Amino acid sequence: MKILIIEDEPDMLQNMVTSLEKEKYRIETATNFNDALDKIGIYEYDCILLDISLPGGNGLDILSELKKLQKTDGVIIVSAKNSIDDKVAGLNLGADDYLPKPFHMAELHARVKSVLRRKKFEGSHEVILNNVTIDPESHAVKVNGKELPLNRKEFDVLLYLVTNKSRLVSKTALAEHVWGDQIDEADNFEFIYSQIKNLRKKLKDSQAEIEIQAIYGIGYKLLAE
Amino acid sequence: MKLLNYTSAYFAGILLLIISIWAGLFYFSMLDEIYDSMDDGLENQKILVIRKASADTTILNQPEFEAGYFTIKEIPFPKAQTYTDTYQDTLMYMENEEDYEPVRLLRTAFHHPNGRYYELQLITSMVEEDDLIADLLYSLVWLYLGLVASILLLNNFLLRKIWKPFYRLLERLQKFRLEDQQPLKTTKTNIEEFKLLNETVQKLIKSNIAAFNSQKQFIENASHELQTPLAISLNKLELLVENNNLSEAQLEILASIINNLERSTRLNKSLSQLSRIENRQFPEVAATNFNDLIKKQLEDLTDLAEHREVTLHLEEQGNLQAQVNPDLANILITNLLKNAISHNISGGTVKVQVKPESLTVQNTGSGNALDPQQIFNRFYKGEQNSGSTGLGLAIVKAITDLYGFRIEYSFQDGKHRFTVYLT
Repeated sequence: MKILIIEDEPDMLQNMVTSLEKEKYRIETATNFNDALDKIGIYEYDCILLDISLPGGNGLDILSELKKLQKTDGVIIVSAKNSIDDKVAGLNLGADDYLPKPFHMAELHARVKSVLRRKKFEGSHEVILNNVTIDPESHAVKVNGKELPLNRKEFDVLLYLVTNKSRLVSKTALAEHVWGDQIDEADNFEFIYSQIKNLRKKLKDSQAEIEIQAIYGIGYKLLAE
Repeated sequence: MKLLNYTSAYFAGILLLIISIWAGLFYFSMLDEIYDSMDDGLENQKILVIRKASADTTILNQPEFEAGYFTIKEIPFPKAQTYTDTYQDTLMYMENEEDYEPVRLLRTAFHHPNGRYYELQLITSMVEEDDLIADLLYSLVWLYLGLVASILLLNNFLLRKIWKPFYRLLERLQKFRLEDQQPLKTTKTNIEEFKLLNETVQKLIKSNIAAFNSQKQFIENASHELQTPLAISLNKLELLVENNNLSEAQLEILASIINNLERSTRLNKSLSQLSRIENRQFPEVAATNFNDLIKKQLEDLTDLAEHREVTLHLEEQGNLQAQVNPDLANILITNLLKNAISHNISGGTVKVQVKPESLTVQNTGSGNALDPQQIFNRFYKGEQNSGSTGLGLAIVKAITDLYGFRIEYSFQDGKHRFTVYLT
């Protein structure tokens, strides 16, 4: 999997690179408008993370260029501006997704995985982890081929944790992803705990070979034994 | 008291004083002139009577006034020698008036060609002082009333016209709102002072608008600039925590740092949201159904409410719809609901009531009534709650202000109640 990150903020870029490299992707970077234009002209990428405000030009112009080259498939706009205009313009130009800054690394992974999933597995979207099969489209979970009934929130929590397998997912990232970003500031997200508890119980009862580990005070990590 | 009435009252008072003093002076000077003129007349009659007496000695013996206007009486020489002319006021019975009336009397002495000395008394009827005073008083009262009436007329027509630019300015100042960002329009005037006033007020308002804008700009820029370093720090911490070699004690410290940074991020996000609402950066509007949004929000908040042991109730008495920005409508509802859940008690309730024109969120709470004057202020915290930014209700107020909605807070039977009227 080849990913291009177009981002001018060095620290931000480094965070994204470090985090995504753990997933064994091949990462390339561009830190300004012209570099980005050069790279998209020459190479093919499975996913492009595109910052809108760049030195030397507007990221939306890069998107236009990608559209001309018919390479907009897999583009995720990453914009610091909390602007609906950017989002609308970007999606109209053919971007796959829009990720507003600031974001959690877990959210970045979820978005990237979702794009890659769509691109690589036409028809089959299933995520398989040991004896657990998750279909993000139909919201169905099977353990050893047997249906595991989960409510919407439990399913979303599980999918998010599976997407970020073996990585720490903070409570905030999880809450914002599953309950929407309006949920913030609510009691340090203690309420997530009861959802996790139910989910753990259901996974255990169905003998799923995955485990949700709590990381003290910060969040959760999904481990596949 | 209005400016016009104020000057009128002053004028009326001052006029009363001036006219009283003037009336006194006028009365005495007029009286003086009258006496002068009467005395001249008496003097003239004296000459005429003496001349007549020289020719006609029959009139020499007339000790009483009777039909005439004079008396003549012989007096011895020594008395005549020391005699001086005296004028005096006296009373005399007047047949026509059937009353004693004041007369002017001249006493004098003369030497007749027959060698004898005579005393001559002459009278002339005099002004009736009380009548004069009464007449004067009446005319002065009329004059005073006339003057006051003219002043009132003048004030109402002339002054009103003159002060027009001032009243216009006042009217516009009353309607002025800094948020509208509209410079104040003034009426053109030729009066120097008003020109200066207009210019000064315009200058003041311009600099106020500029200060207001730069303050808003500052908050917006500051929160925007803070966003990236906060995000980078948080992301780096997330990467650090993924490191498996950390001890529980180290994780505890990292958790605390992450929590605090996340709090800063939330605060920053809320501030930025608030300033963007105040800067009217949500121009898109659409027909928004509040009932749907509320139902969706209540569903999303169920887990939080269950965790807090708070039950949520929805009572739909009608459909609430408005042309607003859907994101802002969502923020408005979420903030009200989260506020009601967060500041609740274990086993408490949140009741949402939707009517065709209003939305009410009522919740049980531990505290007393909050200060309705301050509750919508930034960073006002009724009770300490570490998770809260203190901006939720300020954002609610900013949204209602943006669309001209009205929000009311009340406290009854231990329940806090927020009602938004969309009309």
